[in-house]
Amino acid sequence: MSTTTVAHHEEHHDHPTGIMRWLTTTNHKDIGTMYLTFSLIMFLVGGSMILGIRAELFKPGLQLMNPDFFNQLIGIHALIMIFAALMPAATGFANWMIPLQIGAPDMALPRLNNWGFWLLPPAAILLTLPFTLALFGIGDGALATGWTFYPPLSIQGGIGVDFAIFSVHLLGISSVMGSINIIVTLFNMRAPGMTLMKMPMFAWGWLITAFLLVATIPVLAGAVTMLLTDRHFGTHFFDAAGGGDPIMFQHLFWFFGHPEVYILLLPVWGFIPQILQTFSRKPMYGYKAQVYSLWAIGALSVVVWAHHFFTAGMPVPALLYFMYSTMAISLPLAVLFFCWIKTMWRGSMSFETPMLFAVGWIILFGIGGLTGLVLADVAADAQYHNSYFVVAHFHYTLFAGGIMGIMAGVYYWLPKMTGHMYNEKLGKLHFWLTAISFNLTFIPQFFLGLAGMPRRIPDYALQFAEFNMISSIAAFVLGFSQLLFVYNVIKCIKGGQKATDKVWDGAVGLEWTLPSPPPYHSFTDQPVVK
Amino acid sequence: MQVLKKVGLGFGMLLISLSAYADYSWNFPEPVTPMALDTLHVHNKFMLISMAIFLSVLAIMIYSIFSHRKSKGYKPVADKAPSTAVEIFWTLIPFAILLLIDFVIMGIPAYHSVIMMEDTRDKANMVIKITGSQWRWQYEYMDGDAQGIKFVSNLTTTNDQMHNAADKDENYLLEVDNHLVLPVGQKVRVLMTSADVLHNWWVPQFGSSRVAVPGFIRETWVQVEKAGTYRGQCKELCGKGHGYMPIVVDAVPMEEYKTWVAAKKEELAKAAAGADKEWTKEELMAEGKAVYEKNCAVCHQVTGAGLPPAFPPLTGSKIANGPIFGADGKYLPDSHLDRVLNGIRVMPSWKAVLNDTEIAAVITYERNGLGNSVGDIVQPSQVKAARQ
Repeated sequence: MSTTTVAHHEEHHDHPTGIMRWLTTTNHKDIGTMYLTFSLIMFLVGGSMILGIRAELFKPGLQLMNPDFFNQLIGIHALIMIFAALMPAATGFANWMIPLQIGAPDMALPRLNNWGFWLLPPAAILLTLPFTLALFGIGDGALATGWTFYPPLSIQGGIGVDFAIFSVHLLGISSVMGSINIIVTLFNMRAPGMTLMKMPMFAWGWLITAFLLVATIPVLAGAVTMLLTDRHFGTHFFDAAGGGDPIMFQHLFWFFGHPEVYILLLPVWGFIPQILQTFSRKPMYGYKAQVYSLWAIGALSVVVWAHHFFTAGMPVPALLYFMYSTMAISLPLAVLFFCWIKTMWRGSMSFETPMLFAVGWIILFGIGGLTGLVLADVAADAQYHNSYFVVAHFHYTLFAGGIMGIMAGVYYWLPKMTGHMYNEKLGKLHFWLTAISFNLTFIPQFFLGLAGMPRRIPDYALQFAEFNMISSIAAFVLGFSQLLFVYNVIKCIKGGQKATDKVWDGAVGLEWTLPSPPPYHSFTDQPVVK
Repeated sequence: MQVLKKVGLGFGMLLISLSAYADYSWNFPEPVTPMALDTLHVHNKFMLISMAIFLSVLAIMIYSIFSHRKSKGYKPVADKAPSTAVEIFWTLIPFAILLLIDFVIMGIPAYHSVIMMEDTRDKANMVIKITGSQWRWQYEYMDGDAQGIKFVSNLTTTNDQMHNAADKDENYLLEVDNHLVLPVGQKVRVLMTSADVLHNWWVPQFGSSRVAVPGFIRETWVQVEKAGTYRGQCKELCGKGHGYMPIVVDAVPMEEYKTWVAAKKEELAKAAAGADKEWTKEELMAEGKAVYEKNCAVCHQVTGAGLPPAFPPLTGSKIANGPIFGADGKYLPDSHLDRVLNGIRVMPSWKAVLNDTEIAAVITYERNGLGNSVGDIVQPSQVKAARQ
């Protein structure tokens, strides 16, 4: 491979080693690796926080923490999982795989790329610092409002709220920079012959995600800035006494917050069909239908935000509009589900770990989707809203639909990234433990919600005791199963059976034409797509 | 794969049982209002449809997973050169099915439910106002015989019970001192507002849930069809006491309701009269201790030590030990009485929550108990005057 030698040659010339390599790197693979590593670390941090919550909720009564600390944990857990675990994981994949998949040598804006990543660690520190200091008795802790920052509670809150606001600003800047980079790369650096409608599905998923981020993150930044000025500079955006309205914050927040759900899921909807086609050994079904559905979902996602607060009180026409538009999201989603299953149908399937995760993902994400459809109903929503039913619902979409999807991607691409096969047995064990304990954690929460347990309470009535106990035990199994994943990934990076260039015999796409691991500069000779 | 099948089936069974259980233990609690009944029907219907979709899709997947395997030597069937027309036809089928479910089968009943839910005024027999505050509910009757009845509803679960130092009773975290009493079969229009942050008044068996927004009035309605005691909780995160502001409603027959109204009015009249008499320090201290522990101790603690920096200590506090009245007999700004009456930042205003006697008593207690010894007392009549 002449390209490989050339690449290695360059590497020795141009690039510092050690810590400076990572601080100054503009290489898409290095940056991708840093994103993924950061994401994994924050996933474990956010996960251990929620194990604290589940331990407290193991039985009625206050055992381990006071209610204020409890409120801090739930909010920080959500912010970390969404902004510091799921989003960076997707961006990490984008950095690694988009240039490989479209035949580009690197991302279009490498320096911006480096900056985008290095904003994340300070943001994570800002978010967790007040919390960590409070553990040592300094200050009054992190924001205790839940991740949604609803005023007036967030206006009452201590300095932790300000830290979280600045953290969100940094995370937002980082996301917007990553998105701009992806949009520019996809529009300008595709291999000759790769028209937009020949792009890999993952690239499509990310393109729409990037547009959503650019459109909605500034709204979030604006909303939290208004909160900041309400807190410190005497403005009254969200204070009725000064002519403002607390509910306006919810409109602004969810104008970002609802697309955010799809921001987390669209990249996954991109690579899951690729995994399905690889292990079904059969081209993906309905490429065009899938692309149009992704666009439809992206477009709908910015016009349905108010279904997150039906109970806040709205005029009837608004209730009806937001109910029906929310239900409409199920139409393109049904098309997607159909295409995914049709891709498997009459293929020649084998079930390596990525395929197990992908199939399990379809089933569990299906439950998340269907419960979401029910939640759109205004009358029923009065009961579900802010109960544990909602908690279970969004963990089916964000843990199963998001994190388990990301894990499918990790197992799928890890051999390509590292050049080594992971331990298949351990991978399968990880899947089964995760899938089973996940269901045992969250199915009881559906019933808790129906029985009337509100979310975000540190202690509960005796009638909820049994389900909470089951949920807590399963949550610990779920949490500790993830250590298998960490072990497997580290072991795979360090060594193992050599991976072939193609890795999977059914793999299709430009990334599989490069050696495993790919050379430092991916494509020195631009490939041509027919 | 066996395991996958088992998990799938197990989950299906769970979902089925959800609608099939007649005793509601796996579903919404027994509905007692027309709205809750409607909600339950909508929910059950939706769950059955979701389950049907889920199970049929799962069945197709499981069939495919078992038949179309490489290990069984199944050869992949290449979809013929993608014919756009066929593809469009196939992908429109799931689209059409969901279109029918969303906008006809579920959409039409959903429309009627929304109209019913939001119809708060037609044929309403009475109006009550509910004010959420950190962390208790206040109820006020706005019209009819009961007009003017106004009280606060506090959690009665003790600290010992919460910290596992005492046995938890049946209604742990779900019992309050003053129940809201409503007549059976009457449509009650409920006005909702808040004194500080967002709260959400939710009784699952009523099917109505509405956010209390400070500075705005929201509304909903309840019409309880069956006598009984119903319990609910605040459903919007409202700070550290969010889990500690339950709702208890007694639905009683009309006669019983009328008796309750008469008794409550008498009680309120007595309390108002109490404001005009001269109280001794001992009486005020005893009453003040009770009021303090019920309302103030959540933040300022039973000992008065507070939880700094958010909740300052009262022991040795400048305000609790400073002068209250100026030379002209009016209370000073930022004095102890000003703070209790009007609040500041996190400290709520107690003007609308406590009556004159209670405010006078609690101030007296704070100044002469909790490690303070100012020595002066505040009379209910002084508080009454201060309100004007």
